[in-house]
Amino acid sequence: MPLAVELRDVAFGYARGRPVLEGVTLAVERGEFVAIAGPNGGGKTTLMRIVLGLERPGAGEALLLGEPAHAFSRRVELGYLAQRSQLVIDAPTTVREVVAAGRVARRGLLGRAGRDDRAAVAEAIARVGLAAQADVPLRRLSGGQQQRAFIAKALAGEPSLLVLDEPTTGVDVEAQEALAALLEELHRALDVTILYVSHEFGAVERFVDRLVLVRGGIVFDGPPGQLPGMWHDPSHAHA
Amino acid sequence: MLESEFMRLAFASGAIVGMLAPAVGFFLVQRRESLIGDGIGHVAFAGVALGYLLDVSPVATALVAAVAGGVTIEVLRSRRLAASDQALALVFYTGIAAGVVLISLAGALNVDLFSFLFGSILTTTRTDLAVVAALGLTGLAVVAVLYRALAAVVIDEEASRVAGVPIAALNVAIAVLAAVTVAVSMRIVGILLIAALMVMPVIAATRVAWSMRSTMLIAIGLGLASVLVGLSIAYYGDLPPGGTIVLTAAGGFVLASAVGAVRG
Repeated sequence: MPLAVELRDVAFGYARGRPVLEGVTLAVERGEFVAIAGPNGGGKTTLMRIVLGLERPGAGEALLLGEPAHAFSRRVELGYLAQRSQLVIDAPTTVREVVAAGRVARRGLLGRAGRDDRAAVAEAIARVGLAAQADVPLRRLSGGQQQRAFIAKALAGEPSLLVLDEPTTGVDVEAQEALAALLEELHRALDVTILYVSHEFGAVERFVDRLVLVRGGIVFDGPPGQLPGMWHDPSHAHA
Repeated sequence: MLESEFMRLAFASGAIVGMLAPAVGFFLVQRRESLIGDGIGHVAFAGVALGYLLDVSPVATALVAAVAGGVTIEVLRSRRLAASDQALALVFYTGIAAGVVLISLAGALNVDLFSFLFGSILTTTRTDLAVVAALGLTGLAVVAVLYRALAAVVIDEEASRVAGVPIAALNVAIAVLAAVTVAVSMRIVGILLIAALMVMPVIAATRVAWSMRSTMLIAIGLGLASVLVGLSIAYYGDLPPGGTIVLTAAGGFVLASAVGAVRG
């Protein structure tokens, strides 16, 4: 069975700029929960975009579930939580409507929502603990609850790989802890591969199988317990 | 009022435009592209002028020009050749300038041209109604079929792209729908006011709606009501229909804002 993610000696740089990434080799097994961390500008977001096939590496090879990432044919298997996921539209949009948007790729452009779609949406909402707020406009919820709604949206597509980009941005420490616990619970219950990309990793350090630190290349790849003390995230005391 | 055929034709064509304009405008407003209808309208003006110059149907040439303008804005924006507002400005000003030059070449600065600029719903013919019905009802059907996908894109474009939703095709679809809306609405409210009917009912609806779907449906209802009430006021008050319809839509916004404020 192919790996969930495989990067082979990947390099990337923007035109007329210095290289963002060089010599990146990474293998993520199916079902792993991996945090990809590093300083801002270190290349972790670029690495994530290469993994998702949104950028093509300048050198090397990026594979997603065994296929070239840029030409990946089973995109419905990808769940993605964009950085600062929040509604920017004016129309009052309920949690259920936001989560239902996560089913569109699976149903197709012209497909109508069926009973199984409604069930998947309801299940995803329940999994993130928002069943009581399902028909409440998102803007009336807290930042942490809105983040959960977008995670439910990603889950509604029944992904085999869930990628979260800076999921804790703009969320207080308490909500970060709750989010990390939720991800651990989802990881165990759904056996989904999770890539957690963030400059902060303290919240998930207890839960992840591996921690990958990126700074122009991979400078650490291993269990969080083996991380040299000076690299620990000081924003979370329990680390 | 409805004893006259010209009013029956006006109400029928106005009703279709009153529903189509906010249905398409809904997605433009959510994408922060409220003024795109204006930009496309000015390209449609160039199309009307081209029609006069070539001595062919101005509605047909306006439709072609509007679609070209809408797709151009989308291509400039999506390929990052220009920022959204810059893409709109480029097409907007090129359209109006081309229109002025072509009108001059055609020697068509006349009353008929003004009917496109400011609307002339009371001169709607059975043929006009057939064109409005065919294009308008097709546009409404496309919005209904693509609603879930278009909603997914305005809710979260990046995640939809990652999951394989064909974003580029949907964005072009919206641009074409906006162009068709402008083309079929020219005779109703006029090129200069069409964007108002695409936007104002939607903004009003957000003040009182409780969900995305209800926003869309209320906006369509307000658009329809604006046309029917505005046309009636224009008939009895001997006022210009296009401006009266848009002012009625503005009144709808004030009313919806008051209701929204009272409800908290």
